[in-house]
Amino acid sequence: MMVSTQIDLSIVRGEIHAVIGPNGAGKTTLLAQLAGELKPDAGLIEFMGQDISLLPVHKRSRLGIARSYQITSIFPGFSAVDNVALAVQAGNGHSFRFWRDARGYSAVREAAWKVLQRVGLEQRAQVRAGHLSHGEQRQLEIAMALATRPKLLLLDEPMAGMGAEESERMIATLRGLKGENTVLLVEHDMDAVFTLADRVTVLVYGRVIATGSVDQIRSDAAVRKAYLGDEGSALNYA
Amino acid sequence: MAKLKFPRLQQLILLSVVVLLAFVPLFGDLFYLRLFTRIMIYAMVALSLDIILGYGGMVSFGHAAFFGLGAYTVGILARFGVASAFLAWPAAILVSVLLAAVIGAVSLRTGGVYFIMITLAFAQMLYYFFFSLDVYGGSDGMPMVARNTFAGLIDINRHTTFYYLVFGIMVLILFVALRLMQSRFGMVIQGIRDNERRMRSLGFATYRYKLVCFIISAAVAGLAGALIANQTLYVSPSFLHWTRSGDILIMVILGGMGSLVGPMLGALCLLLTEEVLSGYTEHWMIVLGPLLIVVVLFARHGIYGLLAGTKQSG
Amino acid sequence: MDPLLIFIQGLNGLQLGVMLFLMAAGLTLVFGVMNLINLAHGSLYMMGAYLAATVQQRTGSFLLAVLLAIPLTTMLGMLVEVTALRRLYKRDHLDQVLATFALILFFNELVRIVWGPQAYFMAVPELFSGYFSILPGVSYPIFRLVIIGVGLAVALLLYLIVSRTRLGMLIRAGATNREMVGALGVNIQLLYTVVFGLGAALAGLAGIMAGPILSVEVGMGESIIILTFVVIVIGGIGSIRGALIASMLVGLADTFGRVLLPPALASMVIYVLMAGVLCWRPQGLFPAYG
Repeated sequence: MMVSTQIDLSIVRGEIHAVIGPNGAGKTTLLAQLAGELKPDAGLIEFMGQDISLLPVHKRSRLGIARSYQITSIFPGFSAVDNVALAVQAGNGHSFRFWRDARGYSAVREAAWKVLQRVGLEQRAQVRAGHLSHGEQRQLEIAMALATRPKLLLLDEPMAGMGAEESERMIATLRGLKGENTVLLVEHDMDAVFTLADRVTVLVYGRVIATGSVDQIRSDAAVRKAYLGDEGSALNYA
Repeated sequence: MAKLKFPRLQQLILLSVVVLLAFVPLFGDLFYLRLFTRIMIYAMVALSLDIILGYGGMVSFGHAAFFGLGAYTVGILARFGVASAFLAWPAAILVSVLLAAVIGAVSLRTGGVYFIMITLAFAQMLYYFFFSLDVYGGSDGMPMVARNTFAGLIDINRHTTFYYLVFGIMVLILFVALRLMQSRFGMVIQGIRDNERRMRSLGFATYRYKLVCFIISAAVAGLAGALIANQTLYVSPSFLHWTRSGDILIMVILGGMGSLVGPMLGALCLLLTEEVLSGYTEHWMIVLGPLLIVVVLFARHGIYGLLAGTKQSG
Repeated sequence: MDPLLIFIQGLNGLQLGVMLFLMAAGLTLVFGVMNLINLAHGSLYMMGAYLAATVQQRTGSFLLAVLLAIPLTTMLGMLVEVTALRRLYKRDHLDQVLATFALILFFNELVRIVWGPQAYFMAVPELFSGYFSILPGVSYPIFRLVIIGVGLAVALLLYLIVSRTRLGMLIRAGATNREMVGALGVNIQLLYTVVFGLGAALAGLAGIMAGPILSVEVGMGESIIILTFVVIVIGGIGSIRGALIASMLVGLADTFGRVLLPPALASMVIYVLMAGVLCWRPQGLFPAYG
């Protein structure tokens, strides 16, 4: 099955680039291909001038591509701060260190605390991740991605399943990334997208039908058709 | 040592068991001395399996292979006149490590059920290898003339000396393993157990960490194998048989995996139960079999979990 | 090597192959449909052999032994499924391995109590006891040819069941999407019991046919179950086609290994084969999933 039929997408450093599109448009597939979990059948993925199309997940991560998952993917048995510390540890040399207590590396611990503060979880640092609320787990998910100090952050529906209040908090967190991090944001919550994004790409049935600023996208005829028109017209793009 | 934080209960159990074991030789009975030496050796094997199973989430059904390799290495070296433990025991570890590197490299390319079956198959391969190796006793196994020597420093032909040596090694290994699991490496291993996909996306080359973990575990099993050869003065393919792997697995589950101390208690309980039941009936397996099913189905966290009263992760 | 010898050994390999296939087909079906790894599959093989040996000893009839032992093994399998294994489908593989390992211990001990520790030997049925000259000057035991014939016939039958019948449709659906089969309003518990019974019947049949050529003894199930694991790992877990091809591969490799190599090395051939296949294809030759 070919989901992302043809996607020509380039992301500019420092921007929050949102990818939107109806269900089944291939957004999650796109993220998986960028992160390296799925191998593209053809085409080229270039990251900072380097062809990474064939690199495995962990090598792309080391190059600076971090991701969060649509379905929360954390270490439920670890405390919140240990979750983040593990992510910091990943970017802090190899971990074939067999003797010293992992919690004794002060640089790692401090970095982990800083990231927790950034997403507003410092009060909950010692709680087991599995016991955090859904919204907090989503924040932790972002924190782990941030802790690897990524150059590109791939966020897969960070607002999924959140209440209004939790969404507000997440939007605030993501707004804090603006300018500092390059973010590819896949999100269904249009308010969030239009608030946060610098540029928006619309994906329908695996094809890019429009890319542009928030205003351009809002007024794009094809986009309006894909979103507002009946299913029949959307199918034309398949 | 004080810097490390083990759960309180773990400390307590640990301390009481260690103290009790230290006093076994004072009661002087040779039968119990030998029984508890054997129990401690199996406790080490169970601990080594717990490193990959309980902490690493790798369900190996072939752990007896490394145990048997250690035993055979010592046995075969003795045949060639190498009696020094300073040579034979490191050699036993080395052989287990090398084989584990090969077996691990192949089996870890897969996961889940495949991993279970492949480790089982490789262990059985080594079993049949020694089974048909007539030069070294084939299916009958071969005796060792005497226990290994320590350049005159100690004489482990004395049962009490051997007991305390095994006791010392066991305590040392437990201490090292406890530290290992709290180290950065240990964190990575436990992270992989809980969520390997996430570990990869965080940037960890998970395969390498799992392989090293597998090898460390085999090294401990190999050392325990060297000890069991000295204990029984006899090595046979039965050390590598898959039912032995099953027994070790049961010790770990029974004791509570992912706690290091638990599996050692598991070894203690299983071997003592075996000792008691086999005194009543030769068909004790028919009791133990269903009993195990019940334990698996209802007491997931084993003895350690019952004592701790809390549910652990994994 | 003498071409005649190659031919004879080829037949021997084929014969081991079809026995392995009978075992592997059941095991892989049970895994594919119920997601259960059943170490005790070999125990059903052993029970089939013991039941057949007993009937043959009492009545002197191999035919009667087959006619009684297969349904009995099937029923035994279903009984085990209903009483114990059913509870394990949702458990993780570690639990399944342990519980079915315990079942092996139980069955082995049960056999020791009922039949005693000594091995039984089944007579080759008179009808098939002779040799058949396949080529001028080359004769081969008829019974082994019968095994090959029965095995291939069962393979064909299984293929027809899986590809043509309603049961087969459910088996295929179950292997790809377990929830969906339940949603279709199928009595999933019954389906599981039937599939398990089918696997048990195949294992029983293999045990009965092994009776006259091997000795019937405690532990006979374990030696074949490990070979069977090698087969389904090579073939791809859940795939009957993979099981068929891999069982032939393993049967031939093992047989020729024993002819050509010293015993210690010969015993390792199939495992090296397995390692080789896995390096090339970690999910086996015909992965049933993904």
